[in-house]
Amino acid sequence: MNPLFDLSFRYKVPLWGSVLIVAATLAVSASLTKQAYDDLKSDLLHSSVNLSRTLAKTLFPVMMHEEVWRAFEIIRAPLHDEPKGSLVEPEIIFALDNRQRVFVSSQPKSLSLSADIRQLGEEYARLADRIGERPEPDAAIIEFSGSRRIYIAAPVAEEGARLGTLVIVYAKDVFLPRFKNVAERGAMIGLLVLAVLVPINWYWGQRTATTLAQLASSIGKVAQGVPPELPLETYAYRDELGQLFEAYGLMVKALQEKVLLEQEMIRSERLAAIGRLSAGIAHEINNPLGGMLVALDNFKRRAGNDERALKTVAMIERGLTQVRDTVSAMMVEAKVKSRDFVPQDVEDVQMLLSGEARKRGVVVRVDSDIVEPVALPATLVRQILMNLLLNAVQASDPSGIVRCTMRHADNKLTIETENAGRAMPPEVMSHLFEPFVNSSDAGHGLGLWVTYQIVLKLGGHITAESRDELTHFSLLLPAGEGL
Amino acid sequence: MKFLIGVVLLAAVVIFADPTFSAEQPAKALRVGLTATVPDDQYRLIEEWRRYMERKLKRRVEFIRRDSYIETMDLLRLKKLDFAWICDYPFVYFRSQVRLLAVPLYHGRPYYRSYLIVSAANPATSIAQLRNMVFAYADPYSNTGYLTPRYQLHQIGEDPARFFRQTFFTWSHRKVVEAVATGMADGGAVSSQVWDTLAIVKPELTAATRIVSESPEYGFPPFVAQPSVPEKDFRDFQKVLLGMAADSEGRALLRRLNLDGFIAGSPHLYDKVARMMNVVGEK
Repeated sequence: MNPLFDLSFRYKVPLWGSVLIVAATLAVSASLTKQAYDDLKSDLLHSSVNLSRTLAKTLFPVMMHEEVWRAFEIIRAPLHDEPKGSLVEPEIIFALDNRQRVFVSSQPKSLSLSADIRQLGEEYARLADRIGERPEPDAAIIEFSGSRRIYIAAPVAEEGARLGTLVIVYAKDVFLPRFKNVAERGAMIGLLVLAVLVPINWYWGQRTATTLAQLASSIGKVAQGVPPELPLETYAYRDELGQLFEAYGLMVKALQEKVLLEQEMIRSERLAAIGRLSAGIAHEINNPLGGMLVALDNFKRRAGNDERALKTVAMIERGLTQVRDTVSAMMVEAKVKSRDFVPQDVEDVQMLLSGEARKRGVVVRVDSDIVEPVALPATLVRQILMNLLLNAVQASDPSGIVRCTMRHADNKLTIETENAGRAMPPEVMSHLFEPFVNSSDAGHGLGLWVTYQIVLKLGGHITAESRDELTHFSLLLPAGEGL
Repeated sequence: MKFLIGVVLLAAVVIFADPTFSAEQPAKALRVGLTATVPDDQYRLIEEWRRYMERKLKRRVEFIRRDSYIETMDLLRLKKLDFAWICDYPFVYFRSQVRLLAVPLYHGRPYYRSYLIVSAANPATSIAQLRNMVFAYADPYSNTGYLTPRYQLHQIGEDPARFFRQTFFTWSHRKVVEAVATGMADGGAVSSQVWDTLAIVKPELTAATRIVSESPEYGFPPFVAQPSVPEKDFRDFQKVLLGMAADSEGRALLRRLNLDGFIAGSPHLYDKVARMMNVVGEK
């Protein structure tokens, strides 16, 4: 393929536009110039035919009286010694008698008196033959193919008596200077048009093509799997290109949402799998653990006063208790029988938090509109609230403010918490609700995981956002479904 | 001689300047015929000359211009003209029908010549080498522009009617020079006074021609009077012409005519023309 056709639109559009403009300008100029040439020629021939008739009429009495000098003065009258610029003038004027001999000529040095015109060159011979064979009754234009001259022949005749022929000779290039003026003017206007149109075309082409090229490169990246982004430049007009931009924007948005959704699904599936696994393990550990603790209790009662044995048993008991605490933390028992969540629970949680908050100098502000019991298990909701707020207090800057908004409407409970503090990095965000991820000195790192599991079990959903030093949790729980 | 004529004229003027005499004549315009002896592009000069004459004569003067000598001669014979400036040849030809009034002085003398001219590129050295060429005459009643070359051909035994391939008349000496200069004619015969004047006022024209030979001197083309012109008019007009050289305005006009003055002259000045005329057999 021609590499010219593979060029970027950035070059191709302005280039083709320029080529078309130049071609159009040339075509228009050429046709106008041709028209001017034809007009000039027809004007010239028309006036020459008139001149030849006038001269022939004037020559008649002079030729009759053989007044050669008078004839010379007559045919020299339309000629000037020095050509005046663009004036179109005959090259030579002469009169022939009926035997085709020169009666008089404006250039006697080349066409001398009474010379036989046939002897003065092939073209003159053809002219003489033409005049001799077919004497025209009126002035006629005679052109020979390949000749550089045009002849206008008028009979010198009066009432049927023909004395000879008057011939006016023009060189075909005689009106070139005048034609050149016309052509030059045309060329100037053409250049002016080009000077205006080509830059406009170039600008417009560039403008259209650049945005198009950006779009193409963006789409190319999407095809290569790079996460889609909106093009840097927008296109303000509502033409097809604008519609294309809009459609592309919609597509990019949809793709971005799809990617987010996919990530979300992967994460929740992972969390679900971890939840199932950990619940299974917890159950498996919890059953023998209960037995072991019961056995240890029996042993203590029976062991009497064996100090060493009691010490060992106490140590084992502490260790098993720790295991049980951990396991029970992982075991989210959603179906636990509990009373409904009441406004008093909010105050309880605040009270429970106040020690930790004071320690860190953080103020917790809770804005709740709950005035009547909410049909949700109070234990679990308290646990969620406690976890989220504790998390927020611990993540907050010292002497920061933690805000919590609780709303109960349309059988839905929404809880939002917000704290200022170091933003969580993306890798933390993507594993936020997994166990032991953000373990710190203050906890075992199960708080958010447990919260997530509870929310999941209650049929709600929770999202976290961390941006610009502001971390925001938002959760929604369906209430009143007779759990 | 000149002085004597002057005295005679002066006496005549005194005698005929009688007021009773002039009272008999109504103030009729004097009609003066001009020919190709005066270049036809000097209209302004001619007009100034006419006014000069009117002031001197204190009566109207009309100039009547004809290109060919024969027309002027016809007007004279028909008494449509009182005076005319004609060529020496028609003066001789129609001698019995005109009266010599005054002869111009050229280079101080009442003579001129005929120049045989060819185009500058033509190598001819005599009229004999112009055989079968195109020859331009001034006027069939011109001496220097017609009679002289024919006489010269006659002298070398040629027939003037057949010697040239073609001849034509230009009806003016100046145009003979133009015809030769442009190449219309290979050769021509022209008055020495016209050629010399052109050499001063239009040198590019004469530069395109070359003088092959000069003829002997002839009497300068004279002013003549129609014989029935009253003697007083004759004397008055003659007095104006002869007096031109004496006043500054007249001298200025003469200078522009390339002449030096006028004398009364004698018909014998033209005897040579009469001989040539007889030889060529034009009469």
